[in-house]
Amino acid sequence: MSAEANGHHKAKNYLNETYGIKSWLLTLDHKRIGILYLLTLTAFFIVGGIFASLVRLELMTPKGDFFEANTYNKLFTMHGVVMIFFFLIPSIPAVLGNFLLPLQLGARDVAFPRLNLLSYYLYTGGGIFALLAIVMGGVDTGWTFYTPYSSTYSNSFVALALVGVFINGFSSILTGVNFIVTIHKMRAPGLTWFRLPLFIWAHYATSLIQVLGTPVIAITLLLVTFERVFNIGIFNPTLGGDPVLMQHLFWFYSHPAVYIMILPGFGVISEVVACFSRKRVFGYSFIAFSSLAIAVLGFLVWGHHMFVAGQSTYAGMVFSFLTFLVAVPSAIKIFNWAFTLYKGSVSLESPMLYVLGFIGLFTIGGLTGLFLATMGLDVHMHDTYFVVAHFHYVMVGGMVMAFLCGLHFWWPKITGKMYSEPMAKLGVFLVFAGFNLTFLPQFVLGYLGMPRRYHTYPEEWQALNVMSSAGASVLGLGFTITIFYFLWSALKGPKAEANPYGAKGLEWEAMDSPPIAHNFIDIPTVVDEAYAYGPAHGEHAHSESNEPVKEEEVV
Amino acid sequence: MSDHHIVPLKIYFLIFSALLIGTVITVAVAFVDMGFLNTPVALIIALVKASLVILYFMHVKYSHKLVGLFAFAGFFWLIIMLAMTMQDYYTRGWEEPVPIEFLSE
Amino acid sequence: MSDAAHSLGRAHHFETAEQQYESATLGMWAFIVQEILFFGGLFGGYTVYRNLYIDAFTAGSHQLDIFWGGLNTAVLIGSSLTMALAVRCAQKGERNSIINWIVATIILGFAFLGVKYIEYSHKWHDNLVPGSSFEWNNPDYLHVAGGQVKIFFSFYFVMTGMHALHMIIGVGIMLWMIVKVRRREINEHYFTPIEISGLYWHFVDIVWIFLFPLLYLIGRHH
Repeated sequence: MSAEANGHHKAKNYLNETYGIKSWLLTLDHKRIGILYLLTLTAFFIVGGIFASLVRLELMTPKGDFFEANTYNKLFTMHGVVMIFFFLIPSIPAVLGNFLLPLQLGARDVAFPRLNLLSYYLYTGGGIFALLAIVMGGVDTGWTFYTPYSSTYSNSFVALALVGVFINGFSSILTGVNFIVTIHKMRAPGLTWFRLPLFIWAHYATSLIQVLGTPVIAITLLLVTFERVFNIGIFNPTLGGDPVLMQHLFWFYSHPAVYIMILPGFGVISEVVACFSRKRVFGYSFIAFSSLAIAVLGFLVWGHHMFVAGQSTYAGMVFSFLTFLVAVPSAIKIFNWAFTLYKGSVSLESPMLYVLGFIGLFTIGGLTGLFLATMGLDVHMHDTYFVVAHFHYVMVGGMVMAFLCGLHFWWPKITGKMYSEPMAKLGVFLVFAGFNLTFLPQFVLGYLGMPRRYHTYPEEWQALNVMSSAGASVLGLGFTITIFYFLWSALKGPKAEANPYGAKGLEWEAMDSPPIAHNFIDIPTVVDEAYAYGPAHGEHAHSESNEPVKEEEVV
Repeated sequence: MSDHHIVPLKIYFLIFSALLIGTVITVAVAFVDMGFLNTPVALIIALVKASLVILYFMHVKYSHKLVGLFAFAGFFWLIIMLAMTMQDYYTRGWEEPVPIEFLSE
Repeated sequence: MSDAAHSLGRAHHFETAEQQYESATLGMWAFIVQEILFFGGLFGGYTVYRNLYIDAFTAGSHQLDIFWGGLNTAVLIGSSLTMALAVRCAQKGERNSIINWIVATIILGFAFLGVKYIEYSHKWHDNLVPGSSFEWNNPDYLHVAGGQVKIFFSFYFVMTGMHALHMIIGVGIMLWMIVKVRRREINEHYFTPIEISGLYWHFVDIVWIFLFPLLYLIGRHH
């Protein structure tokens, strides 16, 4: 890749190009929009985290000591709504994707910068509605907004929350449209599809799901809103309507939405694992195509959320079988990352520790998903803490770990500052340990039959619940110190070099940290494949070329 | 900008007439009882009309393959949603009712 | 990034005008894909209930007026033609003709909305608007459950209402296009805004092509 240093422009970068609140709030620079998202997302993450803490606080004792059932219903609902719609779904695409896509593609911006800013404001606007619903008294339907409770019976502020999620959905759709076009049309000369970093492939697959899936939940939630506000009849069983239809339409989006959350995480992991193994990602094309396979197969499995909801058993069997299939592309990724590590020159900086944590936790989360996809087993385990533990292993153990991984990895590029590596290592340790202490006991609790969404439970489950709550406080501590050392580094941290990890890729090799306003003075021409860490480039030429020979001798 | 295909006026008016005729056929056919074919025929006529609009008015016939692929993907995903949802509704009646003594336990 | 580039309407982050044109078209198509699935959710629900409650859907459909529905289909097809002609004039850089065809499109758009208003007020008058005041006591269809007919009319109103909303937005976009042409921002080298607005307009037409038989023409042979 052409590594033209932009040395003579050192003084100006995208952060100090212009000053003032207006230059940020009306910016069209994808990098600044990424930062706006990061700040807003973090605020929502804290709000969602507070609700999670309150839930875990209540569950420390078997009796309902702190909250009544109604309040508890609102707490877990708002934890879910905020975390899923306003943190997890936008997180990696909106922050890292926005920041990195044009840099990795060798473009000056995304295809539609104004649309990008509009996406941010739709996200914020939707968020304001959701926060309004919270402030006025909360929502108690569960994040799934199942009818007829949400459309007819609930006395909470459901319509406000629905409108918030609806608006936020269009932020997601427009980001998807923007990224798809950017990836198709804004690639630098020579940057063919198979030279793209896998981060881009992952975002392409994610954007497809955003564009194809999100509109369906938008219209579904709109129908629920109309039914609630205008008393029309769509899902109302007293008229002959079918609430299970609402679940079909809901999960047509919301299952693929899981892949909206995790696919960009896969992209981050591929980048980081290559960098800290000093090897090209093993099975590049397999990882690339498995992202697309997940995007397609992910749309065929939604019925596994409805095995016991009144769906026909035969439909359940089809959905169950297809769910097993979707495990294949996910497993392909895990194996390929493991093979990338194999005989790599692995160094354990904090982003790499997050990668290792991700691989382990995501594997557990994925495999327990197969338990739940088995219809017979699901009869026992549906709506228990087993489900809760399973999706937190994917969402937090997978997705949040990947987000933190990417944030650490690209932090020097984003801010131009280095974070404290010892603090970061402490952060990884606390997050990993706290996470497992929180959610491992929940697998056991669920298997023992503890249902989710209740604020009381029999006394014999207290020990495991206390472990879980204790773990949550360690996890919370881990997130808190992470936020603080990041803030500290942004303000006072030592200046970062252009390429502190010796990583490959346009964003590292062709620009300073932080980059200039329009990224490139001259658009680079790409001549190499991605992750060219191979023997010809790296310092590990010896081990790479010699060891296979040795093995053959042994055989 | 380089060569953008300018569609001859004749084709636009031809498509317009075809769409109007298609509308008349749709209405006429609706009054004929063709048994189970009633809905499929109406949908096929609508699909043909929609394809004419997409190919000629929306220039997909003269555009990059990718544009056609996008249009196809939209309809394909719609079919995925319909098919996977309807397989539930079509098979719901297949199950044997649960014996009453089992329910009372 | 020179002045010449700007007269062709090229934004700074694109390398060539062709790249910008292709991006805009592809972006509008990606947006139309999401529109297909947005309406798709409604079509999905419609399909389920039509299969479950075919009698109620037939009874409900018979309350709709084929004349108005058919007229509106013709009006929309006409507006698609005028829109296509507007784009064609834009490609040739004939400014005055662009405006004329866009005005024709807007007039047809308003005609469609006017007919829709007439139909809606008839339904309002007959207590067929699905809300708290919905009533079903049609002597010809007493065997049909009122609740199921209410579901039909809920779909009728949400589907045509969403479609009408898209028409209103479309008319707004067309007015904006007139402003753009008058400001001389459109010429034979840069007509992307007209082209992609046209794509949107045609898509709204396509939705109606499906809505008309699905809502107005159920079981008409009875």
